[in-house]
Amino acid sequence: MDVPRYERLWLWFGIVTLLIFLVVTGVMAFSMDIHPANGMHKTAAPEQVLATAPFDQPGVYPLGNNEYEVVMVAQAFRFLPETPTVPVGATVHFRVTSPDVVHGIAIPQTNVNMMVVPGHVTDFTYTFKEPGEYLLLCNEYCGVGHHVMMGKLLVQ
Amino acid sequence: MEEVKNVGFGGATVGTEPFQFHPKDKLLIKAHIGFAFVALGVGALAGVLQTLQRTGVIDLPTSLGYYQLLTLHGVSLALVFTTFFIIGFLFSGVAKTAGGELSVRERMWGWIGFWLMLGGTLLALIAIGTNDASVLYTFYAPMQASPLFYTGLAGLVVGSWSSSVTIFSAFRRWRRAHPGESSPLFAYMAVATMILWDICTIGVALEVVVQLIPWSLGWVERVDVSLSRTLFWYFGHALVYFWLLPAYIYWYVNVPRLIKGKIFSNSLPRLTFILFILYSIPVGLHHQFNEPGVDSFWKFVQTVLTFFVVIPSFMTAFSILATFELAGRSQGGKGLFGWITKLPYKDVRFLAPFLGMLLFVPGGIGGIINASYQLNQVVHNTLWVTGHFHLTLGSSVVLTFFGISYMLIPVLTGRKLTRAVNYLGILQSFVWVIGMAFMSGGMHAVGLLGEPRRISYTTYGDAPITQAWLPYRQAIALGGGILFTAIILFLIIAIYLWLFAPKAEQVNEYPIGEVDADQQKPPYFLERWSIWIGVAVGLILFAYTAPFVQMFIHPAPGALPMRTW
Repeated sequence: MDVPRYERLWLWFGIVTLLIFLVVTGVMAFSMDIHPANGMHKTAAPEQVLATAPFDQPGVYPLGNNEYEVVMVAQAFRFLPETPTVPVGATVHFRVTSPDVVHGIAIPQTNVNMMVVPGHVTDFTYTFKEPGEYLLLCNEYCGVGHHVMMGKLLVQ
Repeated sequence: MEEVKNVGFGGATVGTEPFQFHPKDKLLIKAHIGFAFVALGVGALAGVLQTLQRTGVIDLPTSLGYYQLLTLHGVSLALVFTTFFIIGFLFSGVAKTAGGELSVRERMWGWIGFWLMLGGTLLALIAIGTNDASVLYTFYAPMQASPLFYTGLAGLVVGSWSSSVTIFSAFRRWRRAHPGESSPLFAYMAVATMILWDICTIGVALEVVVQLIPWSLGWVERVDVSLSRTLFWYFGHALVYFWLLPAYIYWYVNVPRLIKGKIFSNSLPRLTFILFILYSIPVGLHHQFNEPGVDSFWKFVQTVLTFFVVIPSFMTAFSILATFELAGRSQGGKGLFGWITKLPYKDVRFLAPFLGMLLFVPGGIGGIINASYQLNQVVHNTLWVTGHFHLTLGSSVVLTFFGISYMLIPVLTGRKLTRAVNYLGILQSFVWVIGMAFMSGGMHAVGLLGEPRRISYTTYGDAPITQAWLPYRQAIALGGGILFTAIILFLIIAIYLWLFAPKAEQVNEYPIGEVDADQQKPPYFLERWSIWIGVAVGLILFAYTAPFVQMFIHPAPGALPMRTW
């Protein structure tokens, strides 16, 4: 197949751009370990989640070494706990599940953005560098109260 | 053969033999296009109402739920309008290029498809209308809609498979009659589009038929949510290329004729479409970056495969611009850029898709941002994403569909695209672009400020950050209103062209570009569908086997049905 010279140049430009993008995302993923939210653990049947550890007692738990675990439940149409508080500069590990439908957790103006899928636990680690009161909202459609499903995260 | 002078406004088309569709083909195409316009009207009305509600401009009566309207908007436009319009358009080009008419049997498959899709659509609309399916057009389990909704969607998909039989069979009939010749480009691309569609819809068909219908009927108690989402997105991303490829067909095959040009290459467009078959399906995980249950490694593998779409996109940009440049130069365009002034901007059949091409540049760049593994979490499920697909589907594709309609309706009805209507169409296209600039621009910006998609009006208990969203919400509302005006204008023009415009004195030409005479015959391997389907299946198995095996070996606990609306 005959590819005109300028088209070959143009395609090489595209392919090289593509490779640069992939190297950047690849290095970030596999040598800097920056991944989107994930989690391969399974929970109990979704409707029993609220009676099963650790989600029977959602809250903020210190792990030592300036690390904290925030155990959360996203349910129609609220978050448990509603106002988790974490120290500024601490490494915060979110662990979230749902007892009903699919939800999301997003904290605008940060990179916290997780899908919450019943049956699974979502993990995401983040460090809040600025103190303040952050809005925490559901960003996956979960029903008639979706737009009122919110919480507040206090960073002190 | 008798030369017929150009007809239709614009003066772009030159003499051609008078081609007319067989009356039975006309009826089949008209049925598809006509129902697509009904869906467009319904979807646009639902769209403007939900936009004004979510931005706080109006307060909907409680009997009309926001999420019900949003479901109606998404289903009518993303699933119904697109599918009917695309199949109608593909039928027209296949009938024209594969021997001039469809066979009796091909028409039969086309009508079976039409009635199945129509019946399915009506079932789904009933379920949405009674508020038994306010689950949005992605219908994520374990929200459970009425069985009518899922059955209707299954009808829509199975019907479209029947329509694809029409296209495959017409192509095969042509090839048997012309051994050794290279196939007509339009028909080739239509076959590629339907191969892509048939492979990707297997995912959503499995989700709906095997998981959701038995579950919604109460035959099984629980549903595996991760599995259903993964099957959905196996389909969901290829869906967007199913919308895009018919627009590409118009750009590659029909537009060159309108601009008095030649198709730049007979082989590269075919390779482009093959690459879309290969790289549109094993990429669905990029819609699931931020969710549990799928190993990060496979999410990254699918990021890599997603990025390969850069290559057919760059090839298309080059070919289309090269076609434009050669056409402009052959009409006396001088210097480096003189050819740009020679294009028929006053012909709406060219201008509308041309505006769509321009908007595809920011649309494509936004897509690359969304597919970037880490960057996605900045924009995932924000209004940025909604802004993105209103720029790609809602602008590039829909503006092209406007252009196709202004070309196709006069061909089907024998009426004339008069000078006045042509200019009205140009006005309508610009109104659309202006509306989209406000709406999609506002959505992109406010998405970066964190406003989620798919929410009814809220200030989150007067959270301070929502103050920053207000001006963008106003822009979105304004844009939504302008877009609705443009759709009303479009439907008025369409109805006028269909029923009331003066009869054309001569046969309206169905524009099909000719391939540049210097072009070589495309290599035969591009015509060997079995090879490409095999490679596509191989890539799909590579990208999806491990995630699916993981879900089957260590399934997450299933979820009970929920009705949260």
